[in-house]
Amino acid sequence: MKFGVITFPGSNCDRDVAYVTRDLLQRPTQRIWHEDSDLGGVDVVVIPGGFSFGDYLRCGAVAQFSPAMRSVMDHAQRGGLVLGICNGFQILTEVGLLPGALMRNRDMRFICDRTPLKVERTDLPWTQTYTQGQTITIPIAHGEGCYYADSDTLKSLEDNNQVIFRYSSPDGTVDNNSNPNGSLNNIAGICNKKGNILGMMPHPERAADPRLGGTDGLALFESLLQAALSVA
Amino acid sequence: MAQTYQAQVYVTLRPSVLDPAGTAVRSGLEHMGYDNVEKIRIGKYIEVSLTAESEAAARQQLDKMCDQILANPVIENYRIELQAMAAA
Repeated sequence: MKFGVITFPGSNCDRDVAYVTRDLLQRPTQRIWHEDSDLGGVDVVVIPGGFSFGDYLRCGAVAQFSPAMRSVMDHAQRGGLVLGICNGFQILTEVGLLPGALMRNRDMRFICDRTPLKVERTDLPWTQTYTQGQTITIPIAHGEGCYYADSDTLKSLEDNNQVIFRYSSPDGTVDNNSNPNGSLNNIAGICNKKGNILGMMPHPERAADPRLGGTDGLALFESLLQAALSVA
Repeated sequence: MAQTYQAQVYVTLRPSVLDPAGTAVRSGLEHMGYDNVEKIRIGKYIEVSLTAESEAAARQQLDKMCDQILANPVIENYRIELQAMAAA
């Protein structure tokens, strides 16, 4: 399984993702500059966190028109796996691959913390290594992570089980107290209907090296490898 | 003949979307003694100069720009004002 990591001007988690896939998991990993439309035959495209194009206008707004993103859209429409983390999630909503939008945090503060997340689905290539309803701890670091969608969109997300991760308390309670940023329905990560595109505000790559205090995020990347094995 | 136009684009949050920044500013005003301010909504103002064959063509293009990038239709509405500029 080959990974590709897109770098925009202002991306700052691209190396961290490549460190996980290339160094920790020993999988071929290609770094892709945003002006490059050739994705080099990768199986999984990761759109990393950061502040692409300085977050000018809106987070992710300018990045959506990069040549690499055009190729990512083709890759996604062919059923290829796409993971958007933090700014990558914002880009996926801006480009329309995922519904809704990410807005300024409820309390107007940039939040850098470790948050418990409840895993809502384990039948996807992203989450096979987790158990249903498991609470995992993953860092968040964002100023605009408040998930918003109109009520019809939100209903359709819930009806189709597209919410993959929700902010929760350490014991798995999902309520307003465990919601760091005001996201509707405590949404931390969603997928498209088909399940091949995942967008999430928390940073799994920052919970992958045991020396950094947790490996709950590594399981997400390991799940992809497991999924690849079961297909092959 | 192509003509230069000046456009003012007002991007505002859709009424259903919460505006924490606006709420914070309103509370600031309240602390300053402006206790009669009921609501603040913060948007964006964008100036665009462009050349186009006609006002209709300019407006059509601006609409497209707004739908594609200047505004995010999921959370924002926009309004465009447009004037032809005198030839230099």
